[in-house]
Amino acid sequence: MLAMNYRGPFRVRAEDKPVPEIQHPQDAILQVTRACICGSDLHLYHGMVPDTRVGTTFGHEFIGVVQEVGHSVRNLKIGDRVLVPFNIACGQCVFCKQGLYSCCHESNAMSTAIGGVFGYSHIAGGFDGGQAEYVRVPYANIGPTVIPEGIDEEDALMLTDVLPTGYQAAEMGGIKIGDTVVVFGAGPIGITAARCAWLFGAGRVIVIDHLEYRLEFARKYASCEAYNFKSMDDPVLFLKRITDFLGADVCIDAVGSDACGNMMQTITGKKLKLQAGSATALHWAINAVKKGGIVSIVGVYGPTDNLVPIGNVVNKGVTIRAGQTSVKRLLPKLIEHVQNRVLRPKDIITHRFALEDVAEAYHIFSAKLDECIKPVLIPHPVH
Amino acid sequence: MEEELKERYQHIIGWGIDANPLNEPTYPIKDEGVEKGEVSWERPEKQKVEVEVLYSNERPGLPAVVGETFPPQFISGRLRRYAFKYSESRYRHWLPLLIADRINELEGVVGDITKGRLPTVLAKREWKARWQHERKSLVRNVLIGALAGMVIFKLVKYRQP
Repeated sequence: MLAMNYRGPFRVRAEDKPVPEIQHPQDAILQVTRACICGSDLHLYHGMVPDTRVGTTFGHEFIGVVQEVGHSVRNLKIGDRVLVPFNIACGQCVFCKQGLYSCCHESNAMSTAIGGVFGYSHIAGGFDGGQAEYVRVPYANIGPTVIPEGIDEEDALMLTDVLPTGYQAAEMGGIKIGDTVVVFGAGPIGITAARCAWLFGAGRVIVIDHLEYRLEFARKYASCEAYNFKSMDDPVLFLKRITDFLGADVCIDAVGSDACGNMMQTITGKKLKLQAGSATALHWAINAVKKGGIVSIVGVYGPTDNLVPIGNVVNKGVTIRAGQTSVKRLLPKLIEHVQNRVLRPKDIITHRFALEDVAEAYHIFSAKLDECIKPVLIPHPVH
Repeated sequence: MEEELKERYQHIIGWGIDANPLNEPTYPIKDEGVEKGEVSWERPEKQKVEVEVLYSNERPGLPAVVGETFPPQFISGRLRRYAFKYSESRYRHWLPLLIADRINELEGVVGDITKGRLPTVLAKREWKARWQHERKSLVRNVLIGALAGMVIFKLVKYRQP
């Protein structure tokens, strides 16, 4: 089968690999029909996540058709069209029972800090991802969800990660009616978080980024204010000035380790890799939030350390809430919102590539060319 | 204020429909049904593991399901085995893994060559995207490369007796 193949930082290709097989009674094999490249995949592509082994197939956002199931799979049958949450979760451990499906303790051998994730390095379990014609899906009774009638295929694709993550970012912000919410990052997650902030009753939503085309998209898609930090001397001071010098009630970091905007963070975090990525967005979020406010983090960072003003967290009484998205917990509500046309997640898809053009797709997304916001890979039609 | 905001944002579909005054910092952990002190669970059936799988020493053994892709091998594999002797809290865990990744890249290049395949480091596949969207920098880089090549060629030729 054709699959994306990682060869090292900034080097990927499409290549033939063996079709995956059932390895556990709760496994299913899916024929992938659509797979996204996620902004988090770029952290892998840029070589920022340790234990990313050469040959790995990335891709944790995908939908497909069930081709084969293990003998313990009861909830799926061959031919079902399913969307697959990016978390690999057993549904039985103490963390899954609490709804923390991203922290499953039965799906990742290599790290205790995170549960298994499809195609996200060996520190997330060493599973191949869905940027391929076929993919192995463990715990098929728990994660994969049959795509309800009436839900568009690409809306379903956005329900595997982008929409739940943007929604959880807003949810973790604990937004109260009338709150001012600042979202750092106008990528797919930031734009979605800004849109979802309104569902919680935000009074004002502000997005900060440095790419004008993305800010323009955010203004239209999320009906929010959007500002370019490159046009300001100091983004934190700018945000204080436009919030009565108090700061925002809620700040959301939807950028993570690839942030730009601070030379010291860029050099130590991205170039020299002396910290787990550049924490510029988180730094700004902590300093721009109101005293007693909430910082919600969904941006992905590496597993070591980052330079952030933790003293200000203490002095300002800031609450930090963070987490990889618990997709399964949020799916029922979000499917309803998509069915009712409250949310239209597929509207953020800007590019579609054949799987064989995966290197082009990664380059265009990574270099922010052609006003790319969200690229989707379409595997070769089989037979 | 809520009514005033509802009026102001009536053009935003779904404004306020998920407002939840009970959403507080420990949500959703506090909401879910786990008995106090519950630390064990009925484990799923274990996968029959057929390759070497490294696992964190912060856990007693393998989880029920594991990824068996790319088991540790060669020099990078030895480094990875060393790394997994230490907990996720130690630099002795993460730094060897980072070094192993870079060595693994070179192993990948050697692997490509031994299989008779042009390594991706030479056969970069995004020429089309660069030509369409970054033509100036592509042309500049090609010219610089050609110029550097010519200079090296001349120097080598000049030094030959």
